[in-house]
Amino acid sequence: MKLTDLYQQFRNPDIIKALAAQINQYSSQITSNINIMEVCGGHTHTIMKYGLKQLLPANINFIHGPGCPVCIMPKERIDHAAALAQLPDVILLTLGDMIRVPGSNGNLAQYRAKGCDIRPLYDPMDALSIAKDNPNKTIIFFAIGFETSTPMTAVLIDQAEKQQINNLLFHINHVLVPPAIDAVMADPQARVNAFIGPAHVSVISGAKIYQAAVDQYQTPVVVSGFEPVDVMESILRIVKQKYNDTAQLDIQYSRAVNYDGNQAAQALINQYLTLRDSFRWRGLGPIPDSALTLKPEFAHRDAEIIFKQHLPTVEIDDHKACQCGDILRGIANPQDCKVFGKGCSPESPLGSCMVSSEGACNAYYRYTGVTNAG
Amino acid sequence: MPAKRYQQVQLSHGGGGKEMNSLITDMFFKAFSNPILESQEDAAQLNLYGQTAFTTDSFTVEPLFFAGGDIGKLAIAGTVNDLAMMAAQPEYLSCSFIIEEGFAIKDLNTIVQSMATELHQSGARIVCGDTKVVPKGCADGIFINTSGVGRILKPGISVKNLQVGDAIIVSRDIGRHGAAILMARDSLSLESELTSDCATLWPIVEQLIAANIDIHAMRDATRGGLSAVLNEWATASNVGIQVDEKHIPISQEVQGLCELYGFEAFDLANEGTFIIALPQDVAEQALAIMKQYCHCDSASIIGHVIKDNKGKVILNTPWGSSRYLDVPQGELLPRIC
Repeated sequence: MKLTDLYQQFRNPDIIKALAAQINQYSSQITSNINIMEVCGGHTHTIMKYGLKQLLPANINFIHGPGCPVCIMPKERIDHAAALAQLPDVILLTLGDMIRVPGSNGNLAQYRAKGCDIRPLYDPMDALSIAKDNPNKTIIFFAIGFETSTPMTAVLIDQAEKQQINNLLFHINHVLVPPAIDAVMADPQARVNAFIGPAHVSVISGAKIYQAAVDQYQTPVVVSGFEPVDVMESILRIVKQKYNDTAQLDIQYSRAVNYDGNQAAQALINQYLTLRDSFRWRGLGPIPDSALTLKPEFAHRDAEIIFKQHLPTVEIDDHKACQCGDILRGIANPQDCKVFGKGCSPESPLGSCMVSSEGACNAYYRYTGVTNAG
Repeated sequence: MPAKRYQQVQLSHGGGGKEMNSLITDMFFKAFSNPILESQEDAAQLNLYGQTAFTTDSFTVEPLFFAGGDIGKLAIAGTVNDLAMMAAQPEYLSCSFIIEEGFAIKDLNTIVQSMATELHQSGARIVCGDTKVVPKGCADGIFINTSGVGRILKPGISVKNLQVGDAIIVSRDIGRHGAAILMARDSLSLESELTSDCATLWPIVEQLIAANIDIHAMRDATRGGLSAVLNEWATASNVGIQVDEKHIPISQEVQGLCELYGFEAFDLANEGTFIIALPQDVAEQALAIMKQYCHCDSASIIGHVIKDNKGKVILNTPWGSSRYLDVPQGELLPRIC
């Protein structure tokens, strides 16, 4: 089998056009707006990158939710990473775009240029070999991400414990999707009346984590894959639910997601991590029980505890002009922000939504404005 | 031969004395043999006439050896290609090495031989050079700088010269070099038969010139890939460029890496792939010439220059929507989830 066989059908133009036709047919019989929040930045990226919005009717709106690990990271946590990286004999490890997120005094790439040993990893498991290769240094993994990437951190902790790699510490910033959905819906201005649920999250946690949102807010939730056909099919399923006036939990990405998820991964996470009392989300503010931290018995690996006296405690708000908070809550679109594409661009982002390729502002900046092109 | 006495480059190989002389004479002169270089004057004496192109580039790559090439091949092909893209026949090159103390003589020799082999592809000659050896830790193995001059055989090719209606051709499948380098990095631990596209482009360009093809703009899509070249052209010529995704050749392996890490092949580097803008009525003729060369058999007309959307590149999807093809930003980093 060719590799392209794995995804080509999910980008088949005929299927995409047929799905668009069906969506248009159903939605023409619905008078109200369908305001779909794609919780995950990956879906935002798909919608923009593949120009799917151009195929859809005017009464379908997208609201870009808080599901991007980079976008929701408050400045003070980046400041923590910077403070740790500046300690003597420390190697700070993190993933991808996190080195571009602005803290209150620059991003991690800038600290790296000043001489700090900061390394973005392709594979979190590389943290083990880096720790083994540098026995006289303290290796700190600045762990980020939603339910999707949490198991990798749990495996790392597990291996560090089993192999007694004592110089590998963790700064845990793992966050959870359901409390963020609650925070969005708690806002009196919330306009969301349907959700596209992140599939990768549900591969681990199962579709069950969205059941409460369906029941409480009477909104359809369709757990969706990330290819264009996946997203279009999920939109069709939402539109059909709206047409039938129902609100159900639905799994479009059934090739990898079930109701209960990966229970082995969940068990490993529960072995090492526990709920944090509160985590301050960028744009959404503090949300109780919305993030994880190391269990007390693993305090010997917790960089937040071991280096507590070096970590700043000041909470830092966004730049005044930045509307990332409203965008993450679904109250504003990227183009509503006064600094969008002017003072704030991917080259010099004011807000995190412009940093990550999965951020709503970044996706809008890169891809939109060509609807007349043919 | 220094390799007989030393296995690693010593600081003394850059000291100006016997060891340095031995390295230059026994390795560099032997590989790059030509009378101008061997005359060992303070500067090379050249015969230049007509309009001349002059370019320089420095090469640092990790790892130094990768599938389909090495830093030496890159250092020659890169500079020669910069000349070729101006329709200039590559003639004379300079070559400077900055070598880290302790670098294996054997590896240096492999790199130098690779440079000598690549020079034959264009007939260019290295006529002057420099060698510096820096203490261990002050460089990452080896850095090479090459500069080159060449006679322009066909004037007027420019980034500012794109005309509305021009066809855009890409010479082969894109993103191979960037993907090959990523796959060769220890941290990825990937196995693939993918090789870099690293190659000298002059022989193909020479044929296009010989056929008197009217070329408006020509550029090798190195760092920043196809996206960077097209955006640069759109801005410099103040035109719009429209390309069709379904016509852009991408290999299975490159697409696979992109799927895995969330990259786009349009953004990945190339080292032997070029883009041409030329009048639509000569596009098929140019394509036919390019396809005669073994690594250009997937050459394709990918789009056109348009008068709207000035300064922008538009990518048309196979299902009828469109989006901007923007330039890549910052380091290429894999997606987080």
